[in-house]
Amino acid sequence: MATKAYQRVYTQLQAITKATVSLNASGVGNDELAVVNGKLSQVVKAKGDMITLQVFSGTEGIPTDAEVTFLGNPPTLKVSEALSGRFFDAYGKPIDGGPEVDGEERQIGGPSVNPYKRRQPSELIPTGIAGIDLNNTLVSGQKIPFFADPDQPYNKVMADVALRADVDKIILGGMGLTNDDYLFFRHEFEAAGALDKIVSFVNTTENPPVERLLIPDMALAAAEYFAVDKNEKVLVLLTDMTLYADALSIVSNRMDQIPSKDSMPGSLYSDLAKIYEKAVQLPSGGSITIIAVTTLNDGDITHAIPDNTGYITEGQLFLRADADSGKVIVDPFRSLSRLKQLVQGKKTREDHSQVMNAGVRLYADAQNAKTKLENGFDLSDYDLRCLDYAKEYATRLLSIDVNIRIDEMLDTAWELFGKYFSPAETGIKQAMIDKYWRGN
Amino acid sequence: MTTTGKVTGIVSNLVTVQTDGPVSENELCHIRLDGTDLLAEVIKVNADKAQVQVFESTRGLHPGDKVEFLGKMLEASLGPGLLSSVYDGLQNDLSSMEGVFLRRGEYTDPLDHEKLWDFRPIAKPGDTVKASDWLGEVTEGWLPHKIMVPFSFNGEYTVRSVSPEGSYRIDDTIAVLNDAEGNEVKVTMVQKWPVKVAVKGYREKPRPSRIMETGVRVIDSFDPIAEGGTGFIPGPFGCGKTVLQHAIAKQGEADVIVMAACGERANEVVEIFTEFPELIDPHTGRKLMERTTIICNTSNMPVAAREASVYTAMTICEYYRAMGLRCLLLADSTSRWAQALREMSNRMEELPGADAFPVDLSAIISNFYARAGMVVLPNGKTGAVTFIGTVSPAGGNLKEPVTESTKKAARCFYALEQNRADQKRYPAVNPIDSYSKYLEYPEIVEYLDEKIEPGWVEKINKAKNFVRKGKEMAEQINILGDDGVPMSYHEAYWKSELIDFAFLQQDAFDAIDCLCPMERQKYMLNLILDICDRSFKFEDFEKCREFFKNIINLMRQMNYSEFNSDNFNRYRDEISKTIEQNGN
Repeated sequence: MATKAYQRVYTQLQAITKATVSLNASGVGNDELAVVNGKLSQVVKAKGDMITLQVFSGTEGIPTDAEVTFLGNPPTLKVSEALSGRFFDAYGKPIDGGPEVDGEERQIGGPSVNPYKRRQPSELIPTGIAGIDLNNTLVSGQKIPFFADPDQPYNKVMADVALRADVDKIILGGMGLTNDDYLFFRHEFEAAGALDKIVSFVNTTENPPVERLLIPDMALAAAEYFAVDKNEKVLVLLTDMTLYADALSIVSNRMDQIPSKDSMPGSLYSDLAKIYEKAVQLPSGGSITIIAVTTLNDGDITHAIPDNTGYITEGQLFLRADADSGKVIVDPFRSLSRLKQLVQGKKTREDHSQVMNAGVRLYADAQNAKTKLENGFDLSDYDLRCLDYAKEYATRLLSIDVNIRIDEMLDTAWELFGKYFSPAETGIKQAMIDKYWRGN
Repeated sequence: MTTTGKVTGIVSNLVTVQTDGPVSENELCHIRLDGTDLLAEVIKVNADKAQVQVFESTRGLHPGDKVEFLGKMLEASLGPGLLSSVYDGLQNDLSSMEGVFLRRGEYTDPLDHEKLWDFRPIAKPGDTVKASDWLGEVTEGWLPHKIMVPFSFNGEYTVRSVSPEGSYRIDDTIAVLNDAEGNEVKVTMVQKWPVKVAVKGYREKPRPSRIMETGVRVIDSFDPIAEGGTGFIPGPFGCGKTVLQHAIAKQGEADVIVMAACGERANEVVEIFTEFPELIDPHTGRKLMERTTIICNTSNMPVAAREASVYTAMTICEYYRAMGLRCLLLADSTSRWAQALREMSNRMEELPGADAFPVDLSAIISNFYARAGMVVLPNGKTGAVTFIGTVSPAGGNLKEPVTESTKKAARCFYALEQNRADQKRYPAVNPIDSYSKYLEYPEIVEYLDEKIEPGWVEKINKAKNFVRKGKEMAEQINILGDDGVPMSYHEAYWKSELIDFAFLQQDAFDAIDCLCPMERQKYMLNLILDICDRSFKFEDFEKCREFFKNIINLMRQMNYSEFNSDNFNRYRDEISKTIEQNGN
């Protein structure tokens, strides 16, 4: 970012930590950007004339006589149609070798949508994955993360979902992506011939961690441009939000803030909510849907990051390896889409919610049977049927490599019910049984 | 002369102001920034430095910016037109704001000053009146909305004149009073009240003696909440807290519902104001929205206004209570409010209590819950504020400061359980861990004897016992195996499953099952207990399971059918037949 003429240059730092520097300066606004020895930074605290700056790329090599200039505005992104098909870093600079994008300069992390002006999300986003479409249907304007251990193929599933979803733009916000994963996304998007509808903001593990803090706001500023100005359906992919939260805790720690649970800042909930709540269905037809990834440590969802996320997002999708079917499945117990009832039976077949509930309930019975089996007890006929059902249900419906239409998912479920159970055992409403039951 | 000051420090939304005169705790101030005024509230004073929490984003604020203190605390505007409104935490009318995005420093009036209301006088010239006495009324929706002597009036007044019946705007004078010194005071239909101060002006606050029906079986029958009572719903995410709260909001037997969406998802608020205008209040047949006020400070709105939102909501409830109405306040979620307190406390660098929450958290929560209650008004009529808050315990662990503090303050506890939610047993209220202290009140027991049937509470305890016993049996069966336990264990287990599936579980998304009136709850519970009281003879546990699964299925079909309809009766007859066939 070029410095303007006649700017005052400060040359005396009072304090330096690994993420922040402090100096005496006047006339500086909160959240304003500054350049410290060529490194971009942002005002995070003012106490009298003492201004504290968070240096995004880290303070390595910054001397106490570093040159500091203030830019007079918070971080911005230039928005225009020319963003499409491009890859940027956390500051919005091209990393694909292409030219700088010209357009209207907008502040990132802007104001919230007036809740009264929102519309209720009501458009189905089909993904072909039954573990999602059948049990945890996604809706445009929704925000939902994948909760997954680092060894799960979450980036692959997310790319599949994005490319199959019927949306106008896909915006990738990559935080702490490994270079391999970054190349993977690039390759997937190119291979699908979808590059022109994709905009990417990427911070890889090679970049400094604090830079990540800019990625979601950059991605969402671009998303708001397309959704609000262009009335487009925008899907935003954020991976990995755990690394984003880690960066938050680094900064708050350097600012001597008292940590709350799991050494996360006390404002973690608000910080995450500011990002996720950008998901919106606008009255004009435009929408922003956010699918994120929150990696877990050994499946622990009580950790502050997934815990706060779960309270903000509209559900979560859980991936786990299933030993019985040998597949990675979308866990039907821990996964949830809070908005599913807005489309189930309305945009999909009438039997959808009954079939979904019965399917999961019977799968739960199978888990109980499995526990009995592990404890060395005899299994009843019902238990045995449940176990057979569970294996087929996991293979044909829960597995992430399934790619079929929703009607086919429902038909498959009825087929399994008919094969293994009596109508009464499914507990489905009689009217639905009369209409859809297959088998005896 | 008003006190002014200038900004000397900024950390996120905590701003330090150098003042030039007296300021009071909780006083409001405007911080001038590029032509807009940002509203802020004093939360701490140290010599001539005041620390204020800003209700807006502080982006671009400079040290040295000018501050003007307003000499008042955060107030709610109270008058006709509050119902069916959608406000933010500071009572700005969100529906009258322009543009898709919220603009910083945009404040809108909560009430319509042009609308005409048909006023009817109640007080007569010469009457002696005090604060909160009724002077007249207008009709708001279908509710009689009393115009009262403002709560802020001290001492006794004599009514000099009351306007005759006719159409008036809220700012028109509708009564003239004389105070003790003979000074004339004009009263309009709108008054202001500081939200952090409880509205008094009632004669007494007796113990609650009635039940507030919600149509949710596990609440109304198992752990009922009293009118004017307090309750809370803690639960990990994904356990159906919001669905349960919305069900209560839709079906709660109250005249006025105030929903405070405090730091929660915006789409949940959208759901309310998309659906409520279409939905019918089951008790009056009127549109639900007509009795509902929404206060929303969603999670991405400024944190400081989150705290204000619950107080604004409570003040509106207290206002309607003073009219002799029954109000229900739902706050989702009080944990977000506590977190807002934590964020501020942290920025002020106060010594933290448990989990970095402020040390007075418990006192703040219990003070707030204490504002609910049934009251006897000066004219002998009663009004009530029932309060149900949700709590979002960190990590789903109920041993955390917000849950623990709330447990001390609230009388009903509805524990949502991850395990039940995982099994899709909704509402996921744990029937054993949950409780209602009101079942211990003799006046409530007596009320239920009369309202439902004699001995009702004993019946409930009996049903709870079946559930408790079934749970113990299930553990035994799990340890010893199906064949390793006597048949009676299986029977006891399945009886508890029957109560669970046919009574405790309820489909909030089914048009019929979502709302179960007390009459129907009584019928179903009696039917179920009749089966539980029998002892059966099964050849083996498979037969036992099959029998109960069959009964459960039939009862669920009953729950999905209109009460006493042909279908309903057919399923009931089928149940009788199944029991007979089992020949005990």
